[in-house]
Amino acid sequence: MSDTSTTSIKPLPDGMEGLTHDWASDQRAFKGVPWGKAMMWIFLLSDTFIFSCFLISYMTARWSTVVPWPNSSEVFALTVGGVSVPLLLIAIMTFILITSSGTMAMAVRSGYQKKRKQTAILLLVTAILGASFVGMQAFEWTKLIMEGVRPWENPFGAPQFGSVFFMVTGFHGFHVSIGVIFLFINVKKVWRGDYDSGKRGFFTWQKGRYEIVETLGLYWHFVDLVWVFIFAFFYLW
Amino acid sequence: MATEGQEHPISVYLKIWILLFVLSIFSYMVDFYQLQGWLRWSLILIFMFLKAGFIMAIFMHMVWERMALVVALLSPMIAVLVFIAIMGYESEYTQASRDVFFDDGKPDKVWAVPHGAHKAEHHDGAHSAGEAH
Repeated sequence: MSDTSTTSIKPLPDGMEGLTHDWASDQRAFKGVPWGKAMMWIFLLSDTFIFSCFLISYMTARWSTVVPWPNSSEVFALTVGGVSVPLLLIAIMTFILITSSGTMAMAVRSGYQKKRKQTAILLLVTAILGASFVGMQAFEWTKLIMEGVRPWENPFGAPQFGSVFFMVTGFHGFHVSIGVIFLFINVKKVWRGDYDSGKRGFFTWQKGRYEIVETLGLYWHFVDLVWVFIFAFFYLW
Repeated sequence: MATEGQEHPISVYLKIWILLFVLSIFSYMVDFYQLQGWLRWSLILIFMFLKAGFIMAIFMHMVWERMALVVALLSPMIAVLVFIAIMGYESEYTQASRDVFFDDGKPDKVWAVPHGAHKAEHHDGAHSAGEAH
């Protein structure tokens, strides 16, 4: 397009001026992002509200109970070589999830550089780390259930402890599991070269592009983000 | 649009990655050294918000997004803050009424200590008291 007429394309303004410009443009409001990424962000916003509601109900239960709240530092302690280490498994799970977030960020980067194999391998590492996280969570659930923790009672204190624990970590673990499934699907697609050839997806029938890796990455980082809040409020508080 | 991709040097990701590791170690240390009270709560919150901020800003590329998207995503969090305030106020009230009306005059139930985290004599009384049901 020629740049001489008055209809020439100007660069989009940044900052707050960009905000009013984008929202007032009588076009799509979210410029500079593929629609799939914008929709993932909107979904994550709604998911934020779900997890916020869980954590707020946890806060309400904990602040309103007259029964002592179980000491999570002791409940989630592991005995290693005869020494009780507080929150050991939870700390390992936290580091695993952060590591997987790092490999995911690098997979997104490799994707935009169209390094097919590197992207697939980094996604695979992320998926395996995520799966091991779910495995540790299953171990933790088993341990607590055997110790008598139930959604309606537990031997350590306020009965709401169990319901909050199973609800919050269960929902988070479910998110991780779904993420792992999608990671494995994308490992296969990237490895096969779907995002180089633009092969259409089996479900959405959209052309494969490497932006999909970033959209998936957003979801995965969000799962890590939620864990940061669960770790702080449920395990550490 | 030609500029829909997000590509940043790998050193940025690695630095943030290490930073998140360090912050996680710090927040774990809060529990490991059993800091209590306001010190514990403020440190937990500081490390939490730092971690969350770096994940959102760098890993989720929010600092490089346009203001229209950032504001659309962050401003609804005001509703969450309002909800926290409402429920905080509500739970104070609930606890106060429970303290008044649920007090049956019996001594408090002694709860089990998770897998003997303390000494054994602590554990003995745990199951004898208050096994009403």
